Amino acid sequence: MAGFRQSVEATIPALRRYARALTRDSDAADDLVQDTLVRALRSEHLFHGGDVRSWLYTILTNLNRNRLRSLARRPLLSPIEDNDAPDMAGPEAGGRDIERALATLVEDQRSALLLVVLEGLSYREVAEIQGVPIGTVMSRLARARVQIKAYLDGERPMLRRVK
Amino acid sequence: MNHHDSPVTVDELHAYIDGELPADRQGAVSDWLAAHPQDAELVAAWRAQAESIRARYGGVASEPVPERLKLERLLQSGRRGSWTWRLVAAAAAVVTFLIGGGAGWVARGVSAAAPSSFEIFTADALDAYKLYVVEVRHPVEVGGDERAHMKQWLSKRIGYPLNVPELQSIGLKLVGGRLLPGPTGEAAAFYMYEGPSGERFTVYCARSHSPQTGLRYRDETRAAAFYWVEDNVAYVVSGPADRDRLKKVTRAVWEQVDGRKSS
Repeated sequence: MAGFRQSVEATIPALRRYARALTRDSDAADDLVQDTLVRALRSEHLFHGGDVRSWLYTILTNLNRNRLRSLARRPLLSPIEDNDAPDMAGPEAGGRDIERALATLVEDQRSALLLVVLEGLSYREVAEIQGVPIGTVMSRLARARVQIKAYLDGERPMLRRVK
Repeated sequence: MNHHDSPVTVDELHAYIDGELPADRQGAVSDWLAAHPQDAELVAAWRAQAESIRARYGGVASEPVPERLKLERLLQSGRRGSWTWRLVAAAAAVVTFLIGGGAGWVARGVSAAAPSSFEIFTADALDAYKLYVVEVRHPVEVGGDERAHMKQWLSKRIGYPLNVPELQSIGLKLVGGRLLPGPTGEAAAFYMYEGPSGERFTVYCARSHSPQTGLRYRDETRAAAFYWVEDNVAYVVSGPADRDRLKKVTRAVWEQVDGRKSS
């Protein structure tokens, strides 16, 4: 099944991008991609037809959900909190704002938003990946956007006051 | 019927920026935004969020792929303990040859070799399937409405954290679960699911001596099973003998049970 492997290979850069945004930690992200690829290659025969890319996103999304579940049992210091210096200005500031805003989301909302805006998937594809109806995807997206906006709106005035 | 005039919903605003809006509503939404500056501001804010996300992470896809994620490398070795892996795989190949080819050739019909774990696990799981699937009043010990309790109880008895798969998306409702004696003498967990026309599927899992195997299929006249081992836990998904349907169920289960040691 050379075609299958080629499709898997072609998806690796996109999987890394999605995983990085999902975890906001480059090592954890690549671990996740590696586990996803190992699982996919080992169980190639479970894949029949359909879109390889969606299947890989499904595996990665599930692995990450399980990863967070096991992390929840341990105390966690995320790298974002480690260098939590206030952002002033400059091109980096916006990037860190959005990173923090994403960190405040519930996992399923974060994954829905990233699959749509970063990975460019359709609502239908995201529904299949998350195993929920399209309406649920839409409400996750809506809640994610409201939450991020509230976070960013709340953050900026505070920083201005500090200055 | 004039699509253009019906009021615009919030869902449509999201669909509009995500390129999911039907063509016959595009005009209505654009006009709406022109007339409702608050909504226009909201849409602009959501677009800006998407832009920041793409600006922050978009570049990752153009980075060179690290060595450890190269496919040739992954095909040669699993992630953990690559050399043991190759050894196990080689040993497994020899065993498969002995049981499958060798034994069959030496004495057809005579049990020349001990049954494989595949045979033992699937036989046990299929027995449990056939026994409990016909039960009307007591198919399970703990009902599906007590999912959290069941998960906790079975995890404790089995000795590792279990994931009770959610199969609603493929139309299967959790009936519940029970504890069974497993083939290795330890406990086995057993869950049952039910489809819209009453067909039942079961998931059986227990500790296994082999760390990992590929997926295997076994079918009998009325029932069939898929079997695999991951992280020293064997899984058997059983159901009516319809290979495609069972494969779909297996895939959904498989997608949810792994990751126990993934971090």
